[in-house]
Amino acid sequence: MTATQVRLTRLALIVLLLLLWELDARFVSTSSLIAGPSDVALAWWPKVMGDPGVRHAVLVTLIELVIAFVLSVVFGMLIGILVGLSNIGRRSLYPIVLLLYGIPQAILLPLFVLIFGIGPAVKIAFGFSHGIFPVIVNTIAGMRNVSPLLMNSFAAMGATRMQQVRHVIFPHMVTTVFAGLRLAMTLTLLGVVLAEIFVSQGGIGFYTLAYSESFNPSALMALVLTLALMAIALNELVRLIEARFSRWKE
Amino acid sequence: MRRDRVIVLSIQFALLATLFGGWYLATHRGVRALLLPPPELVWREMQSLWVSGRLWAAAAVTLTTIAQAYVLAAVAGIAVGFLVTRSRALMNIFEPVLTGIFAVPLTLFFPLFVVFFGIGPESKIAYGATQSFFPIALNTIAGFSSVDELYLRAARAMGASSVSQFRYIYLPAALPVTVTGLRIGFFICIAAVLGGETLAAVSGVGKSIALSAELMETARLYAWIVYVVSVSVTLNLLVLAAESRRERE
Repeated sequence: MTATQVRLTRLALIVLLLLLWELDARFVSTSSLIAGPSDVALAWWPKVMGDPGVRHAVLVTLIELVIAFVLSVVFGMLIGILVGLSNIGRRSLYPIVLLLYGIPQAILLPLFVLIFGIGPAVKIAFGFSHGIFPVIVNTIAGMRNVSPLLMNSFAAMGATRMQQVRHVIFPHMVTTVFAGLRLAMTLTLLGVVLAEIFVSQGGIGFYTLAYSESFNPSALMALVLTLALMAIALNELVRLIEARFSRWKE
Repeated sequence: MRRDRVIVLSIQFALLATLFGGWYLATHRGVRALLLPPPELVWREMQSLWVSGRLWAAAAVTLTTIAQAYVLAAVAGIAVGFLVTRSRALMNIFEPVLTGIFAVPLTLFFPLFVVFFGIGPESKIAYGATQSFFPIALNTIAGFSSVDELYLRAARAMGASSVSQFRYIYLPAALPVTVTGLRIGFFICIAAVLGGETLAAVSGVGKSIALSAELMETARLYAWIVYVVSVSVTLNLLVLAAESRRERE
C-alpha cells in the first residue's frame, strides 16, 4: 500500500464511522441521549459557540490553562535542574518525585477546592500540580542524557557551572524535556478540566453540567469536541516550538 | 558507595521528617483546623474509618470498579493491538488513529459517560476502561511490530507452525512492551476510576472523599487521602523495585 492509499483508507474509515454514528442516531437508536454528527454540528453554532457565555468560559479555561502550564514549566525545570545537578540530589529526591507523580491526584481535588475556593485559583493550582511532575521528571532524565565526556572537556576548558548548564546541558535536554512539556500540556488540561467539572460554578464545568442535566447531548458533544480540538492545537504548538529548539542538531 | 547510600537515605528521611514536623507545628501554631487538621486528629479518623467498616465498604466498590474496567481494557487492548499488527496495512491505518485519540484528554468526555451510563459504577467502568485501553493497545502494537523479520523467516524455513511461531517468536518479543502497557494502563485505570468517583458517583472511595470535603469534615478527608496515598505509594514502590531488579538482570 502506498502512503496515499493508507491515508485515503484512514479517511474512509473515519467517514464510515461518522456515517454509522449518524445512521444509528437517526434510524436505529430510540434513546434521546444519542446525537448524530449532524446534530452536533448544528448545535455547535449558534447554540453552543454562539453563546457569549460559553465563549467566555472557553476563553477563561484557556487562560487558566496557559497560566498553569507556564508555572509548571518554570517551577518544574527549576526543581528538575536543582535535583538533577548533583548525583546525591538525584538519587535521594528523584524516587520521591516519582512516588508523588504516581499518586492519583483526583482524590486531592476536594482538598484543593477547600484551600483555593471555587474561583480560577483552584483550576490553575490543580492544573499546575498535574503539569509540574512530567516537567520535573523529564528535566532530570534529560540532564542524565548529557555525556560526561562533554561535561569534562567543557570543565577542563574552564567553563563555570552556569556556562555548563547554558551551553551543554540545556541543548542536550531539548528532546527529553519537550516530551515532558507535551505530556505536561495534556496533564495541565486534565487538571484544569477536572477542577472545572468538579466546581461547575461558571466556566465550562457549569455548561457541561447544564447540558448533561438537561439531556442535551448534541450541545455537550459540541462543547467537548471544541475543547478537544483546542487541546490538539496546543499540543501542536508545543511541537512547533520544539522543532525551533532542535534546529541546532541538524 | 556504602556512604552514598547513607547520605541518600538521611536526605530522604530528613525531608519526610521536615514535612511531618511542619504539619505538626503548623497545626499547633494556629493554622485553622478546617484547612489543615492536626496529625493526631487525622490518625483518629483513620482508625474510625477502619473500625467502622466504611473504609472497606468504599474500597470494595472502588476495587470492583477498577477490576472490571481494567479487565475490559486489557482484553480489548491486547485483542485490538494483536489484530492490528496482523498486516502492515492495518497497522498503518489504525496506529496513527489510536495515537491521535490517545493524545486527546479523555477527561473532557467524562460528562458524556455519565449521560450515557448513569451515575452508578457503570459510567466509571466505561470511563476507566476507555482511558486505559489506549496505552495497552498502543504498547501491544509496538510489541508485536517489533518482532524481527529475520527470526520469522528462519522459523518458517525450518517449518515452524503458526502456533510455535507465536509461542517462540512473537510472544517473547512482544511481552516486555505489552507488560509495560499493561502497567501504564493499570495506573491510568486507578486514577480514572478515582477521578470519576470524585466527580460524579453514589459510592466508592472518590465519592467518600468528595463527600467529606462537602461536609467540611477535613480530618476525615485527610484520613481518606492518607489511605489512598499509602496504597498508591506501595504499588509504585513495588513496580519500581520490580523494574530495578529487571534492569540488574
